[in-house]
Amino acid sequence: MTAAPGSLTPAERPPVQKAPWTHQRTLGVVLLCIWAALALAVAAFMVESWNPTLFERYAPRYMSGLWITIQLVVLSVIFGALLSIPIAYGRMSENRFLSALAYAYVYFFRGTPLLAQTFLIYYGLGSFRPELQAIGLWSFFRDAWNCALFAFTLNTAAYQAEILRGAIGSVGRGQWEAASALGIPKLLAIRKIIIPQAMIVALRPYGNEVILMIKGSAIVAIITVFDLMGETRRAYSQTFDFQTYIWAALIYLALVELLRNLIDLIEKRITRHLKR
Amino acid sequence: MRISRRVALALPAAFLAFTLGAANAQGMKVKIGTEGAYPPFNNLTSDGKLEGFDIDIARALCEEMKAECEFVTQDWDGIIPALQAGKFDAIIASMSINEDRKKEVDFTDKYYNTPPAIVVPKDSDIKGVTKEDLAGKTIGAQGSTTHSTYAEKTFTDSDVKLYPTSEEYKLDIINGRLDAVIDDVVVLDEFLKTDDGACCKIAGTLTPIEEIYGPGIGIAVRKGDNDLREKLNAAIKAIRENGKYKEINEKHFSFDVYGD
Repeated sequence: MTAAPGSLTPAERPPVQKAPWTHQRTLGVVLLCIWAALALAVAAFMVESWNPTLFERYAPRYMSGLWITIQLVVLSVIFGALLSIPIAYGRMSENRFLSALAYAYVYFFRGTPLLAQTFLIYYGLGSFRPELQAIGLWSFFRDAWNCALFAFTLNTAAYQAEILRGAIGSVGRGQWEAASALGIPKLLAIRKIIIPQAMIVALRPYGNEVILMIKGSAIVAIITVFDLMGETRRAYSQTFDFQTYIWAALIYLALVELLRNLIDLIEKRITRHLKR
Repeated sequence: MRISRRVALALPAAFLAFTLGAANAQGMKVKIGTEGAYPPFNNLTSDGKLEGFDIDIARALCEEMKAECEFVTQDWDGIIPALQAGKFDAIIASMSINEDRKKEVDFTDKYYNTPPAIVVPKDSDIKGVTKEDLAGKTIGAQGSTTHSTYAEKTFTDSDVKLYPTSEEYKLDIINGRLDAVIDDVVVLDEFLKTDDGACCKIAGTLTPIEEIYGPGIGIAVRKGDNDLREKLNAAIKAIRENGKYKEINEKHFSFDVYGD
Protein backbone atom coordinates (compact mmCIF):
# COMPACT_ATOMS: atom_id res chain seq x y z
CA MET A 1 0.00 0.00 0.00
CA THR A 2 1.36 3.38 -0.93
CA ALA A 3 0.54 6.62 0.73
CA ALA A 4 -1.93 8.71 -1.23
CA PRO A 5 -0.47 11.94 -2.52
CA GLY A 6 -1.24 14.91 -0.30
CA SER A 7 -1.97 12.80 2.81
CA LEU A 8 -0.77 14.16 6.11
CA THR A 9 2.62 13.02 7.33
CA PRO A 10 3.18 12.84 11.08
CA ALA A 11 5.23 16.05 10.99
CA GLU A 12 2.19 17.94 9.79
CA ARG A 13 -0.01 16.93 12.72
CA PRO A 14 -1.31 19.86 14.73
CA PRO A 15 0.91 20.35 17.80
CA VAL A 16 -0.36 18.70 20.99
CA GLN A 17 -1.80 21.37 23.22
CA LYS A 18 -0.41 21.30 26.75
CA ALA A 19 -3.23 21.28 29.25
CA PRO A 20 -3.03 24.58 31.12
CA TRP A 21 -2.54 24.62 34.89
CA THR A 22 -5.95 25.89 35.84
CA HIS A 23 -6.99 26.38 39.46
CA GLN A 24 -9.11 23.24 39.29
CA ARG A 25 -6.25 21.18 37.99
CA THR A 26 -3.88 22.40 40.69
CA LEU A 27 -6.48 21.71 43.35
CA GLY A 28 -7.11 18.24 41.91
CA VAL A 29 -3.45 17.33 41.96
CA VAL A 30 -3.00 18.69 45.47
CA LEU A 31 -6.01 16.71 46.75
CA LEU A 32 -4.74 13.59 45.03
CA CYS A 33 -1.37 14.05 46.72
CA ILE A 34 -3.08 14.41 50.11
CA TRP A 35 -5.00 11.17 49.55
CA ALA A 36 -1.86 9.37 48.45
CA ALA A 37 0.00 10.67 51.49
CA LEU A 38 -2.82 9.47 53.77
CA ALA A 39 -2.80 6.02 52.17
CA LEU A 40 0.98 5.88 52.59
CA ALA A 41 0.68 7.00 56.21
CA VAL A 42 -1.83 4.23 56.94
CA ALA A 43 0.38 1.67 55.21
CA ALA A 44 3.43 2.93 57.10
CA PHE A 45 1.49 2.81 60.37
CA MET A 46 0.43 -0.77 59.70
CA VAL A 47 3.98 -1.84 58.87
CA GLU A 48 5.47 -0.04 61.84
CA SER A 49 2.92 -1.27 64.37
CA TRP A 50 2.95 -4.82 63.01
CA ASN A 51 2.91 -7.08 66.03
CA PRO A 52 3.12 -10.85 65.48
CA THR A 53 1.83 -11.78 68.96
CA LEU A 54 -1.15 -9.49 68.47
CA PHE A 55 -1.83 -11.06 65.09
CA GLU A 56 -1.53 -14.56 66.48
CA ARG A 57 -3.90 -13.75 69.29
CA TYR A 58 -6.59 -11.89 67.37
CA ALA A 59 -6.48 -13.19 63.77
CA PRO A 60 -8.58 -16.30 64.59
CA ARG A 61 -11.08 -14.10 66.43
CA TYR A 62 -11.33 -11.73 63.48
CA MET A 63 -11.91 -14.70 61.20
CA SER A 64 -14.67 -16.06 63.41
CA GLY A 65 -16.19 -12.57 63.54
CA LEU A 66 -15.97 -12.24 59.77
CA TRP A 67 -17.65 -15.62 59.36
CA ILE A 68 -20.51 -14.50 61.64
CA THR A 69 -20.90 -11.28 59.62
CA ILE A 70 -20.98 -13.18 56.31
CA GLN A 71 -23.46 -15.77 57.56
CA LEU A 72 -25.71 -13.12 59.02
CA VAL A 73 -25.74 -10.99 55.86
CA VAL A 74 -26.09 -13.86 53.38
CA LEU A 75 -28.89 -15.58 55.28
CA SER A 76 -30.82 -12.42 56.09
CA VAL A 77 -30.57 -11.17 52.49
CA ILE A 78 -31.86 -14.52 51.16
CA PHE A 79 -34.71 -14.79 53.68
CA GLY A 80 -35.45 -11.10 53.17
CA ALA A 81 -35.67 -11.63 49.40
CA LEU A 82 -38.20 -14.41 49.90
CA LEU A 83 -40.23 -12.32 52.33
CA SER A 84 -40.06 -9.28 50.05
CA ILE A 85 -42.07 -11.05 47.31
CA PRO A 86 -45.40 -11.14 49.17
CA ILE A 87 -44.74 -7.64 50.54
CA ALA A 88 -44.07 -6.22 47.07
CA TYR A 89 -47.18 -8.04 45.88
CA GLY A 90 -49.15 -6.41 48.70
CA ARG A 91 -47.74 -2.98 47.88
CA MET A 92 -48.85 -3.32 44.23
CA SER A 93 -52.14 -4.98 45.06
CA GLU A 94 -55.42 -3.24 44.33
CA ASN A 95 -56.86 -4.81 47.45
CA ARG A 96 -56.87 -1.89 49.89
CA PHE A 97 -56.43 -4.04 52.96
CA LEU A 98 -53.38 -5.87 51.57
CA SER A 99 -51.82 -2.72 50.25
CA ALA A 100 -52.30 -0.86 53.55
CA LEU A 101 -50.78 -3.77 55.45
CA ALA A 102 -47.72 -3.92 53.19
CA TYR A 103 -47.41 -0.13 53.30
CA ALA A 104 -47.45 -0.14 57.11
CA TYR A 105 -44.80 -2.86 57.22
CA VAL A 106 -42.46 -1.00 54.88
CA TYR A 107 -43.20 2.30 56.63
CA PHE A 108 -42.25 0.89 60.03
CA PHE A 109 -39.13 -1.04 59.04
CA ARG A 110 -37.70 1.67 56.83
CA GLY A 111 -38.59 4.44 59.24
CA THR A 112 -36.94 3.08 62.39
CA PRO A 113 -33.27 2.31 63.01
CA LEU A 114 -32.07 -1.28 62.65
CA LEU A 115 -30.44 -0.87 66.06
CA ALA A 116 -33.80 -0.18 67.69
CA GLN A 117 -35.45 -3.08 65.86
CA THR A 118 -32.74 -5.51 66.92
CA PHE A 119 -32.83 -4.27 70.50
CA LEU A 120 -36.62 -4.53 70.69
CA ILE A 121 -36.72 -8.03 69.23
CA TYR A 122 -34.03 -9.35 71.55
CA TYR A 123 -34.57 -7.55 74.86
CA GLY A 124 -38.16 -6.45 74.23
CA LEU A 125 -39.51 -9.88 73.34
CA GLY A 126 -37.31 -11.31 76.10
CA SER A 127 -39.55 -9.68 78.67
CA PHE A 128 -42.55 -11.65 77.32
CA ARG A 129 -40.94 -14.97 78.11
CA PRO A 130 -44.02 -16.63 79.74
CA GLU A 131 -46.23 -15.71 76.77
CA LEU A 132 -43.63 -16.85 74.25
CA GLN A 133 -43.15 -20.09 76.16
CA ALA A 134 -46.90 -20.69 76.09
CA ILE A 135 -46.91 -20.58 72.30
CA GLY A 136 -43.64 -22.47 71.97
CA LEU A 137 -41.57 -19.66 70.47
CA TRP A 138 -39.22 -19.03 73.39
CA SER A 139 -36.69 -21.63 72.28
CA PHE A 140 -36.30 -19.60 69.07
CA PHE A 141 -36.13 -16.15 70.66
CA ARG A 142 -33.93 -17.27 73.55
CA ASP A 143 -31.00 -17.46 71.16
CA ALA A 144 -29.30 -14.15 70.30
CA TRP A 145 -28.26 -15.39 66.84
CA ASN A 146 -31.87 -16.22 65.91
CA CYS A 147 -33.05 -12.82 67.10
CA ALA A 148 -30.35 -11.07 65.05
CA LEU A 149 -31.21 -13.05 61.92
CA PHE A 150 -34.92 -12.42 62.48
CA ALA A 151 -34.47 -8.65 62.94
CA PHE A 152 -32.16 -8.31 59.94
CA THR A 153 -34.47 -10.36 57.73
CA LEU A 154 -37.49 -8.23 58.60
CA ASN A 155 -35.51 -5.06 58.02
CA THR A 156 -34.00 -5.95 54.67
CA ALA A 157 -37.31 -7.43 53.45
CA ALA A 158 -38.86 -3.97 53.69
CA TYR A 159 -36.10 -2.38 51.60
CA GLN A 160 -36.02 -5.23 49.11
CA ALA A 161 -39.80 -5.11 48.67
CA GLU A 162 -39.52 -1.46 47.66
CA ILE A 163 -36.68 -2.22 45.23
CA LEU A 164 -38.69 -5.04 43.70
CA ARG A 165 -41.85 -2.95 43.44
CA GLY A 166 -40.00 -0.07 41.80
CA ALA A 167 -38.24 -2.37 39.34
CA ILE A 168 -41.43 -4.17 38.32
CA GLY A 169 -43.16 -0.81 37.99
CA SER A 170 -40.42 0.32 35.62
CA VAL A 171 -41.27 -2.39 33.07
CA GLY A 172 -43.63 -0.83 30.53
CA ARG A 173 -47.33 -1.67 30.50
CA GLY A 174 -46.92 -2.72 26.87
CA GLN A 175 -44.89 -5.74 27.96
CA TRP A 176 -47.78 -7.03 30.11
CA GLU A 177 -50.28 -6.30 27.39
CA ALA A 178 -48.21 -7.98 24.66
CA ALA A 179 -47.77 -11.08 26.84
CA SER A 180 -51.47 -11.36 27.48
CA ALA A 181 -52.25 -10.74 23.79
CA LEU A 182 -50.01 -13.70 22.95
CA GLY A 183 -51.92 -15.80 25.45
CA ILE A 184 -48.94 -16.28 27.78
CA PRO A 185 -50.12 -17.21 31.28
CA LYS A 186 -49.54 -14.45 33.83
CA LEU A 187 -47.07 -16.33 36.05
CA LEU A 188 -45.02 -17.41 33.05
CA ALA A 189 -45.05 -13.84 31.75
CA ILE A 190 -43.78 -12.57 35.10
CA ARG A 191 -41.05 -15.19 35.25
CA LYS A 192 -39.87 -15.00 31.64
CA ILE A 193 -40.66 -11.43 30.57
CA ILE A 194 -41.18 -9.03 33.46
CA ILE A 195 -38.63 -10.24 36.04
CA PRO A 196 -35.66 -10.46 33.61
CA GLN A 197 -36.24 -6.83 32.61
CA ALA A 198 -36.96 -5.69 36.16
CA MET A 199 -33.76 -7.31 37.45
CA ILE A 200 -31.64 -5.04 35.26
CA VAL A 201 -33.15 -2.05 37.05
CA ALA A 202 -33.08 -3.73 40.46
CA LEU A 203 -29.54 -5.07 40.42
CA ARG A 204 -27.71 -1.91 41.54
CA PRO A 205 -30.15 -1.11 44.35
CA TYR A 206 -29.89 -4.75 45.49
CA GLY A 207 -26.14 -4.39 45.54
CA ASN A 208 -26.46 -1.24 47.63
CA GLU A 209 -28.79 -3.00 50.02
CA VAL A 210 -26.35 -5.88 50.58
CA ILE A 211 -23.49 -3.43 51.16
CA LEU A 212 -25.61 -1.52 53.66
CA MET A 213 -26.45 -4.80 55.40
CA ILE A 214 -22.77 -5.73 55.64
CA LYS A 215 -22.05 -2.46 57.39
CA GLY A 216 -25.35 -2.37 59.28
CA SER A 217 -24.60 -5.76 60.78
CA ALA A 218 -21.88 -4.11 62.85
CA ILE A 219 -24.49 -3.26 65.52
CA VAL A 220 -25.24 -6.87 66.34
CA ALA A 221 -22.76 -6.99 69.24
CA ILE A 222 -25.29 -5.15 71.42
CA ILE A 223 -27.19 -8.42 71.65
CA THR A 224 -24.02 -10.41 72.40
CA VAL A 225 -23.46 -11.79 68.88
CA PHE A 226 -19.79 -11.05 68.24
CA ASP A 227 -19.43 -10.28 64.55
CA LEU A 228 -16.38 -8.67 62.93
CA MET A 229 -17.08 -5.31 64.58
CA GLY A 230 -17.76 -6.90 67.96
CA GLU A 231 -14.45 -8.77 67.84
CA THR A 232 -12.73 -5.55 66.79
CA ARG A 233 -14.15 -3.66 69.75
CA ARG A 234 -13.13 -6.47 72.06
CA ALA A 235 -9.60 -6.52 70.62
CA TYR A 236 -9.39 -2.75 70.96
CA SER A 237 -10.61 -2.75 74.54
CA GLN A 238 -7.87 -5.23 75.43
CA THR A 239 -5.01 -3.68 73.46
CA PHE A 240 -5.98 0.01 73.10
CA ASP A 241 -4.31 -0.23 69.70
CA PHE A 242 -5.95 1.66 66.84
CA GLN A 243 -4.68 -0.80 64.26
CA THR A 244 -7.45 -3.16 65.41
CA TYR A 245 -9.94 -0.78 63.82
CA ILE A 246 -7.81 -0.32 60.70
CA TRP A 247 -7.77 -4.08 60.22
CA ALA A 248 -11.54 -4.17 60.53
CA ALA A 249 -11.89 -1.33 58.02
CA LEU A 250 -9.66 -3.14 55.54
CA ILE A 251 -11.62 -6.38 55.89
CA TYR A 252 -14.94 -4.59 55.38
CA LEU A 253 -13.44 -2.78 52.38
CA ALA A 254 -12.29 -6.07 50.85
CA LEU A 255 -15.70 -7.60 51.45
CA VAL A 256 -17.50 -4.71 49.74
CA GLU A 257 -15.01 -4.68 46.86
CA LEU A 258 -15.59 -8.39 46.30
CA LEU A 259 -19.31 -7.83 46.25
CA ARG A 260 -18.99 -4.92 43.83
CA ASN A 261 -17.10 -7.09 41.36
CA LEU A 262 -19.66 -9.86 41.72
CA ILE A 263 -22.45 -7.42 40.90
CA ASP A 264 -20.53 -6.15 37.86
CA LEU A 265 -20.27 -9.74 36.66
CA ILE A 266 -23.98 -10.35 37.14
CA GLU A 267 -24.79 -7.13 35.33
CA LYS A 268 -22.67 -8.14 32.35
CA ARG A 269 -24.48 -11.45 32.26
CA ILE A 270 -28.04 -10.14 32.46
CA THR A 271 -27.51 -7.25 30.03
CA ARG A 272 -25.66 -9.30 27.39
CA HIS A 273 -28.58 -8.87 24.95
CA LEU A 274 -28.04 -5.11 25.09
CA LYS A 275 -24.37 -5.30 24.07
CA ARG A 276 -23.39 -4.92 20.44
CA MET B 1 -5.56 50.03 55.67
CA ARG B 2 -4.27 46.51 55.73
CA ILE B 3 -2.08 46.99 58.74
CA SER B 4 -4.68 48.78 60.76
CA ARG B 5 -7.12 45.93 60.20
CA ARG B 6 -4.57 43.52 61.51
CA VAL B 7 -4.04 45.63 64.59
CA ALA B 8 -7.79 45.84 65.05
CA LEU B 9 -7.98 42.07 65.07
CA ALA B 10 -4.95 41.56 67.25
CA LEU B 11 -6.13 43.81 70.07
CA PRO B 12 -9.26 41.87 71.08
CA ALA B 13 -7.37 38.61 70.61
CA ALA B 14 -4.72 39.76 73.05
CA PHE B 15 -7.39 40.93 75.46
CA LEU B 16 -9.16 37.56 75.22
CA ALA B 17 -5.92 35.69 75.84
CA PHE B 18 -5.22 37.88 78.86
CA THR B 19 -8.63 37.39 80.46
CA LEU B 20 -8.55 33.65 79.81
CA GLY B 21 -5.15 33.46 81.44
CA ALA B 22 -6.44 35.33 84.44
CA ALA B 23 -9.44 33.03 84.78
CA ASN B 24 -7.12 30.03 84.63
CA ALA B 25 -5.03 31.35 87.45
CA GLN B 26 -8.07 31.83 89.67
CA GLY B 27 -9.17 28.18 89.82
CA MET B 28 -8.43 24.86 88.28
CA LYS B 29 -10.95 23.51 85.81
CA VAL B 30 -11.24 19.74 85.59
CA LYS B 31 -13.42 17.76 83.24
CA ILE B 32 -14.40 14.39 84.64
CA GLY B 33 -15.44 11.48 82.45
CA THR B 34 -17.87 8.88 83.78
CA GLU B 35 -20.10 6.18 82.33
CA GLY B 36 -23.49 6.96 83.88
CA ALA B 37 -24.80 3.40 83.56
CA TYR B 38 -23.33 1.66 86.61
CA PRO B 39 -25.61 2.09 89.61
CA PRO B 40 -25.06 2.65 92.47
CA PHE B 41 -21.62 4.08 91.57
CA ASN B 42 -22.52 6.30 88.66
CA ASN B 43 -25.84 6.47 86.88
CA LEU B 44 -28.30 8.92 85.41
CA THR B 45 -31.49 9.73 87.27
CA SER B 46 -34.80 9.71 85.38
CA ASP B 47 -34.40 13.45 84.76
CA GLY B 48 -30.91 13.00 83.34
CA LYS B 49 -28.73 14.05 86.28
CA LEU B 50 -25.68 12.08 87.37
CA GLU B 51 -25.73 10.47 90.80
CA GLY B 52 -23.95 7.78 92.74
CA PHE B 53 -20.94 7.06 94.89
CA ASP B 54 -18.39 7.94 92.17
CA ILE B 55 -20.14 11.23 91.49
CA ASP B 56 -20.27 12.24 95.16
CA ILE B 57 -16.61 11.30 95.61
CA ALA B 58 -15.71 13.32 92.51
CA ARG B 59 -17.57 16.37 93.83
CA ALA B 60 -15.87 16.05 97.20
CA LEU B 61 -12.44 15.78 95.55
CA CYS B 62 -13.12 18.83 93.41
CA GLU B 63 -14.19 20.79 96.46
CA GLU B 64 -11.03 19.68 98.24
CA MET B 65 -8.86 20.74 95.27
CA LYS B 66 -10.84 24.00 94.93
CA ALA B 67 -11.40 23.05 91.31
CA GLU B 68 -14.34 23.74 89.09
CA CYS B 69 -15.54 20.39 87.83
CA GLU B 70 -17.67 19.42 84.89
CA PHE B 71 -18.95 15.91 84.19
CA VAL B 72 -18.91 14.26 80.78
CA THR B 73 -20.69 10.94 80.18
CA GLN B 74 -18.99 8.52 77.84
CA ASP B 75 -19.61 4.89 76.79
CA TRP B 76 -17.44 2.49 78.74
CA ASP B 77 -15.85 1.00 75.61
CA GLY B 78 -14.37 4.30 74.52
CA ILE B 79 -13.67 5.90 77.88
CA ILE B 80 -9.85 5.49 77.83
CA PRO B 81 -9.42 6.72 74.22
CA ALA B 82 -11.65 9.70 75.06
CA LEU B 83 -9.40 10.56 78.02
CA GLN B 84 -6.34 10.29 75.77
CA ALA B 85 -8.01 12.47 73.16
CA GLY B 86 -8.53 15.18 75.78
CA LYS B 87 -12.33 15.04 75.97
CA PHE B 88 -11.88 15.06 79.73
CA ASP B 89 -9.00 15.07 82.21
CA ALA B 90 -9.86 12.29 84.64
CA ILE B 91 -11.99 9.14 84.69
CA ILE B 92 -13.97 8.64 87.88
CA ALA B 93 -16.08 5.68 86.87
CA SER B 94 -15.25 2.70 89.11
CA MET B 95 -12.25 1.72 87.01
CA SER B 96 -10.04 -1.04 88.38
CA ILE B 97 -6.32 -0.27 88.47
CA ASN B 98 -4.85 -3.07 86.34
CA GLU B 99 -1.69 -3.67 84.31
CA ASP B 100 -3.30 -3.48 80.83
CA ARG B 101 -4.77 -0.08 81.57
CA LYS B 102 -1.60 1.18 83.28
CA LYS B 103 0.14 0.93 79.91
CA GLU B 104 -2.29 3.56 78.59
CA VAL B 105 -3.12 5.80 81.54
CA ASP B 106 -1.83 6.70 84.99
CA PHE B 107 -3.85 5.91 88.09
CA THR B 108 -4.26 7.60 91.45
CA ASP B 109 -4.33 5.56 94.64
CA LYS B 110 -7.45 3.47 95.08
CA TYR B 111 -10.59 5.14 96.37
CA TYR B 112 -12.52 1.94 96.99
CA ASN B 113 -12.14 -1.80 96.66
CA THR B 114 -14.98 -4.30 96.73
CA PRO B 115 -14.96 -7.94 95.61
CA PRO B 116 -16.70 -9.34 92.52
CA ALA B 117 -19.68 -11.64 92.97
CA ILE B 118 -21.95 -13.97 91.03
CA VAL B 119 -25.71 -13.64 90.93
CA VAL B 120 -28.02 -16.45 89.85
CA PRO B 121 -31.82 -16.82 89.53
CA LYS B 122 -33.48 -17.83 92.83
CA ASP B 123 -34.47 -21.28 91.55
CA SER B 124 -30.99 -21.98 90.12
CA ASP B 125 -29.22 -25.29 90.69
CA ILE B 126 -25.83 -23.52 90.82
CA LYS B 127 -24.36 -24.31 94.22
CA GLY B 128 -21.15 -22.30 94.29
CA VAL B 129 -18.95 -20.02 92.25
CA THR B 130 -16.09 -22.26 91.13
CA LYS B 131 -15.31 -23.19 87.54
CA GLU B 132 -16.91 -26.62 88.10
CA ASP B 133 -20.10 -25.16 89.58
CA LEU B 134 -20.59 -23.01 86.50
CA ALA B 135 -19.52 -25.53 83.84
CA GLY B 136 -21.95 -25.63 80.92
CA LYS B 137 -23.79 -22.52 82.13
CA THR B 138 -24.23 -19.20 80.35
CA ILE B 139 -22.64 -16.30 82.25
CA GLY B 140 -23.24 -12.63 81.47
CA ALA B 141 -20.78 -9.78 82.05
CA GLN B 142 -20.24 -6.24 80.86
CA GLY B 143 -17.67 -6.21 78.05
CA SER B 144 -14.24 -4.52 78.42
CA THR B 145 -14.34 -4.85 82.20
CA THR B 146 -12.11 -6.66 84.67
CA HIS B 147 -15.10 -8.89 85.43
CA SER B 148 -15.39 -10.00 81.81
CA THR B 149 -11.65 -10.67 81.67
CA TYR B 150 -11.93 -12.69 84.87
CA ALA B 151 -14.93 -14.65 83.57
CA GLU B 152 -13.29 -15.46 80.24
CA LYS B 153 -10.07 -16.58 81.93
CA THR B 154 -11.64 -18.53 84.79
CA PHE B 155 -14.91 -20.02 83.56
CA THR B 156 -13.49 -21.66 80.44
CA ASP B 157 -16.13 -24.43 80.51
CA SER B 158 -18.97 -21.89 80.47
CA ASP B 159 -20.41 -19.71 77.72
CA VAL B 160 -19.47 -16.12 78.61
CA LYS B 161 -21.67 -13.49 76.97
CA LEU B 162 -20.57 -9.86 76.86
CA TYR B 163 -22.97 -6.95 77.10
CA PRO B 164 -22.41 -3.24 76.35
CA THR B 165 -23.58 -2.05 79.80
CA SER B 166 -24.79 -3.61 83.03
CA GLU B 167 -28.39 -2.71 82.08
CA GLU B 168 -28.50 -5.33 79.30
CA TYR B 169 -27.19 -8.31 81.26
CA LYS B 170 -29.74 -7.47 83.94
CA LEU B 171 -32.51 -7.74 81.33
CA ASP B 172 -31.17 -11.11 80.23
CA ILE B 173 -30.91 -12.66 83.69
CA ILE B 174 -34.46 -11.50 84.44
CA ASN B 175 -35.84 -13.14 81.30
CA GLY B 176 -33.82 -16.29 81.84
CA ARG B 177 -31.38 -16.21 78.95
CA LEU B 178 -28.51 -16.18 81.43
CA ASP B 179 -27.78 -18.70 84.18
CA ALA B 180 -25.50 -16.30 86.06
CA VAL B 181 -23.96 -12.83 85.93
CA ILE B 182 -20.67 -11.56 87.31
CA ASP B 183 -20.04 -8.01 88.53
CA ASP B 184 -19.01 -6.00 91.56
CA VAL B 185 -20.82 -7.23 94.67
CA VAL B 186 -22.10 -3.73 95.43
CA VAL B 187 -23.55 -3.29 91.94
CA LEU B 188 -25.26 -6.68 92.09
CA ASP B 189 -26.50 -6.08 95.62
CA GLU B 190 -28.08 -2.82 94.49
CA PHE B 191 -29.73 -4.65 91.59
CA LEU B 192 -31.18 -7.30 93.92
CA LYS B 193 -32.82 -4.52 95.95
CA THR B 194 -34.85 -3.34 92.94
CA ASP B 195 -38.17 -4.89 91.83
CA ASP B 196 -36.48 -6.49 88.83
CA GLY B 197 -33.80 -7.95 91.05
CA ALA B 198 -36.41 -10.01 92.92
CA CYS B 199 -35.69 -12.78 90.38
CA CYS B 200 -32.24 -13.45 91.73
CA LYS B 201 -29.87 -14.05 94.59
CA ILE B 202 -26.13 -13.86 95.23
CA ALA B 203 -24.49 -17.25 94.77
CA GLY B 204 -21.26 -16.07 96.33
CA THR B 205 -18.44 -13.57 96.20
CA LEU B 206 -15.13 -14.27 94.47
CA THR B 207 -11.61 -13.65 95.65
CA PRO B 208 -10.26 -11.04 93.25
CA ILE B 209 -7.10 -12.08 91.42
CA GLU B 210 -4.51 -9.31 91.85
CA GLU B 211 -3.26 -9.82 88.28
CA ILE B 212 -6.66 -8.98 86.80
CA TYR B 213 -8.27 -6.74 89.37
CA GLY B 214 -5.23 -4.86 90.67
CA PRO B 215 -5.27 -3.09 94.04
CA GLY B 216 -8.76 -1.62 93.65
CA ILE B 217 -10.64 1.20 92.00
CA GLY B 218 -8.72 4.35 91.09
CA ILE B 219 -8.98 7.54 89.08
CA ALA B 220 -7.37 7.46 85.65
CA VAL B 221 -5.54 10.50 84.25
CA ARG B 222 -3.55 10.95 81.05
CA LYS B 223 -0.04 9.50 81.11
CA GLY B 224 2.37 12.03 82.54
CA ASP B 225 -0.33 14.29 83.98
CA ASN B 226 1.41 14.09 87.36
CA ASP B 227 0.17 17.46 88.53
CA LEU B 228 -3.48 16.40 88.46
CA ARG B 229 -2.69 12.90 89.74
CA GLU B 230 -0.86 14.23 92.78
CA LYS B 231 -3.59 16.76 93.51
CA LEU B 232 -6.19 13.99 93.32
CA ASN B 233 -4.12 11.73 95.57
CA ALA B 234 -3.80 14.51 98.12
CA ALA B 235 -7.54 15.14 97.91
CA ILE B 236 -8.37 11.44 98.39
CA LYS B 237 -6.12 11.42 101.43
CA ALA B 238 -7.75 14.59 102.74
CA ILE B 239 -11.35 13.38 102.43
CA ARG B 240 -10.37 10.07 104.03
CA GLU B 241 -9.00 12.02 106.98
CA ASN B 242 -11.59 14.77 107.37
CA GLY B 243 -14.58 12.42 107.45
CA LYS B 244 -16.06 13.47 104.12
CA TYR B 245 -15.37 10.02 102.66
CA LYS B 246 -17.06 8.31 105.60
CA GLU B 247 -20.09 10.56 105.15
CA ILE B 248 -20.42 9.64 101.46
CA ASN B 249 -19.81 5.96 102.22
CA GLU B 250 -22.60 5.98 104.78
CA LYS B 251 -24.95 7.83 102.46
CA HIS B 252 -24.68 5.03 99.89
CA PHE B 253 -23.73 1.83 101.70
CA SER B 254 -24.20 0.12 105.03
CA PHE B 255 -20.64 -1.24 104.99
CA ASP B 256 -17.14 0.09 104.33
CA VAL B 257 -16.26 0.00 100.62
CA TYR B 258 -12.69 1.30 100.99
CA GLY B 259 -11.30 -2.12 101.93
CA ASP B 260 -8.10 -2.49 103.81
